[in-house]
Amino acid sequence: MKWVTPGQLRKQGVLGMNSRNIDYIGRNNDRSRYPLVDNKLKTKKAAVQHGMSVPALIGVVRIQHEIQALEKLLEGIEKFVIKPAQGSGGKGILVITERRGDTFIKSTGAALDYRDIKRHTSNILSGLYSLGGRPDVAMIEDMIDFDPMLGNYSHEGVPDIRVIIYRGFPMMAMMRCSTHASDGKANLHQGAVGVGIDIVTGHSLYAIQHNRKVEKHPDTGFRFDKLELPHWDEVLRLASGCFEMTELGYFGADIVLDRTKGPVMLELNARPGLAIQIANQVGLKKRLQLVDEMRPIERKVEERIRLAKQMFGVVLV
Amino acid sequence: MKISSRLQIGLVAGILIAIGLGLTLYKKIELGFPLLPGQRQAVWTLESKVSFKPIGGPIEISLALPDPQAGWVVLDDHFASSGFNFSVQELQGDRRARWTRQSLERTTTLHYKLEVYRSDIYDLGGSAVPDIVLPELTQDRLAAMEGMVALLREQSSGSESFTALLLQQLVREQMDQDAAFLFGSREESKLAVVMDVLAFAGIPSQTVKGIFLEDGRRRQKMDTLIEIYDGDRWHLFDPGNAQPGLPENFFVWQRGAKSVLDVVGGESSQLEFAIVKNTLPIKTVLFMEQQVKERLLLDFSIYSLPVEQQGVFKGLLLIPVGALVVVLLRILVGIRTSGTFMPILIALAFIQTTLLTGLVIFLMVVGVGLWIRFYLTYLNLLLVARITAVVIVVILLMAALSIISYKLGFDQLLTVTFLPTIILAWTIERMSILWEEEGGHEVLIQGGGSLFAAILAYLLMSVDLVEHLTFNFPELMISLLGVVLLLGKYTGYRLVELYRFRDLGRPDE
Repeated sequence: MKWVTPGQLRKQGVLGMNSRNIDYIGRNNDRSRYPLVDNKLKTKKAAVQHGMSVPALIGVVRIQHEIQALEKLLEGIEKFVIKPAQGSGGKGILVITERRGDTFIKSTGAALDYRDIKRHTSNILSGLYSLGGRPDVAMIEDMIDFDPMLGNYSHEGVPDIRVIIYRGFPMMAMMRCSTHASDGKANLHQGAVGVGIDIVTGHSLYAIQHNRKVEKHPDTGFRFDKLELPHWDEVLRLASGCFEMTELGYFGADIVLDRTKGPVMLELNARPGLAIQIANQVGLKKRLQLVDEMRPIERKVEERIRLAKQMFGVVLV
Repeated sequence: MKISSRLQIGLVAGILIAIGLGLTLYKKIELGFPLLPGQRQAVWTLESKVSFKPIGGPIEISLALPDPQAGWVVLDDHFASSGFNFSVQELQGDRRARWTRQSLERTTTLHYKLEVYRSDIYDLGGSAVPDIVLPELTQDRLAAMEGMVALLREQSSGSESFTALLLQQLVREQMDQDAAFLFGSREESKLAVVMDVLAFAGIPSQTVKGIFLEDGRRRQKMDTLIEIYDGDRWHLFDPGNAQPGLPENFFVWQRGAKSVLDVVGGESSQLEFAIVKNTLPIKTVLFMEQQVKERLLLDFSIYSLPVEQQGVFKGLLLIPVGALVVVLLRILVGIRTSGTFMPILIALAFIQTTLLTGLVIFLMVVGVGLWIRFYLTYLNLLLVARITAVVIVVILLMAALSIISYKLGFDQLLTVTFLPTIILAWTIERMSILWEEEGGHEVLIQGGGSLFAAILAYLLMSVDLVEHLTFNFPELMISLLGVVLLLGKYTGYRLVELYRFRDLGRPDE
């Protein structure tokens, strides 16, 4: 039998899509706060105000005319990323890792000149990469120079850490590693590997690809059971701190580990997916209900993390 | 807060469901509305057109109205009489429509539309026996007539077989000499000659005017049957094929020698009929018509609307049923569809095209459309221009499909026009974006999900009972609203999640 009964899922405390939408997103997330997370530029500005670590913003191109000023903007900058503020699924992100004069080298190794960069920016503005083709703005920000230790676990892309935050408590975490199959994107349903992370230690729990358990990365061959994320408490602090900033009750924070800066918040998601439960082999609902049962008083970030670790520590057998 | 919101929804939904079911039960028990659609019957819509050319001066047109017999029943009739004084008069048991007007300049057409169906099949009843009026004949015709009557009398055993033999002369390739002489006359129609022969032989006879009903006829003329009285009862014959009895598809308009159409003040008058056949659950229709007239309450029902609007509502009232299917599939099953209402619109189109044809057309148009849309991607157009381009391409595709299929003789594909163009264009646009962003796999999942939902909605919407209930008990929609409200608060697992989280449910394995 490949299927389970609803009773079995309920016993495991698995959170379903309907329950997520009604009980958690619908009840805890105020619609008026959505633009803050849906627009990466707004997210970044708010994060800077709250003193959070984010990739530094080099500049913003809002109208086609401003593209002419790109050369001045990029003067002397070696590494950068151009991306749409409201892009979806990692589309339209151009990563420049090296610069030789007026020649730019993409992360894949291809060489571009100013004309290519201007065309890409123009495409972003006309909404080519945004959901539904809405006109957008282009953000230029510092390139993430990700922690070399994580390089073993990712193919052609930046591995990021998704932390689900409920009422400010870190509920569950997962590292998403891009694979050849996912085309360098960290989307689980496109074939990226999801690695469940223990909230207490930052140690890996399980790894899944296409909803099935895997032992090692399909491209690099590194085993996931050796993985232990550095700066783990810092990651939790950064992710949980987004609660004060967004005022959203239920969201996912995407964090990457930079070689020099440490944990950096990349973006937020007001409708985080449910696959994280499979990567952790634990249902979310039980944890959410534990938080619901707590007295609704204001707590500091450190306090919330301490309580979460107490409640959600997973002991590996 | 949590409980009260839930309770509120439950209460509102419960009340809504109760109202809907209550009204339905009231209509069923107190008013006797049939809950089941009952048998479908062919209902013919006859549109009579009286056209004429005015010759100046006052105009008076008088049209005999049908007196339904032999099991035919008139459901409904309408007159169109723009600019004319109109009245229906009853003279000696005959109903005649009268249009009058002081003057008129151009050729005009008057309309009289009626809906009829045959509730029972039986022959024409009795009728007053007309006097026999002997024809006035020239010497040579008299001789021919005498010869023919004598011959027919010899061959026949009575009035009935006499008439049958006489009419067979008409349909025969080679007539007898006498018959050929009589029927060969230019002045008189063959029918008039037949009547003369019958009168000469002393057989009382009369004409029966009416229409042979054939679906889709546009310029049908009135036909005439011949009826004779053998001293005991009437016998009917079709002079066209000499067959006795009333043809099943013959709608009797008038019996006897009176005129059907009189035009004063006009010339070149014509009476033509356009005929359309519909299949309807006749008992229900009848019941409703009768109820609407009798009960004030029902005067505010859909049945009080003109026929065209009723038709529109028939389609509109099915939409909630399709929507319910989509809601169930998305919330309870977890099937992903591209666009919430696309499946419903596709299902509505399927009702017009029939399922298989609709599917073939849909897949062809979307397939080719996607292929062209990929080319448009390279052109890098703005959204509105791109969608417009896709709309134009879709219409071109539909035209091409129609023309090619027509030339090849696949008439079914002509129904392509029923597919909603704009929806198709949006579907193509959505699918292509999905393809770029999520890959072809996701397109297959969502496209397949949409088609599955559309087919399911179609199957449900084309059930007779569903159509009957939605149309005759629109208050059931209130109950449906309640059910949808409840579904909107469903927080349980979706069917697909039972598969998706299959490894989570059994941690021990």
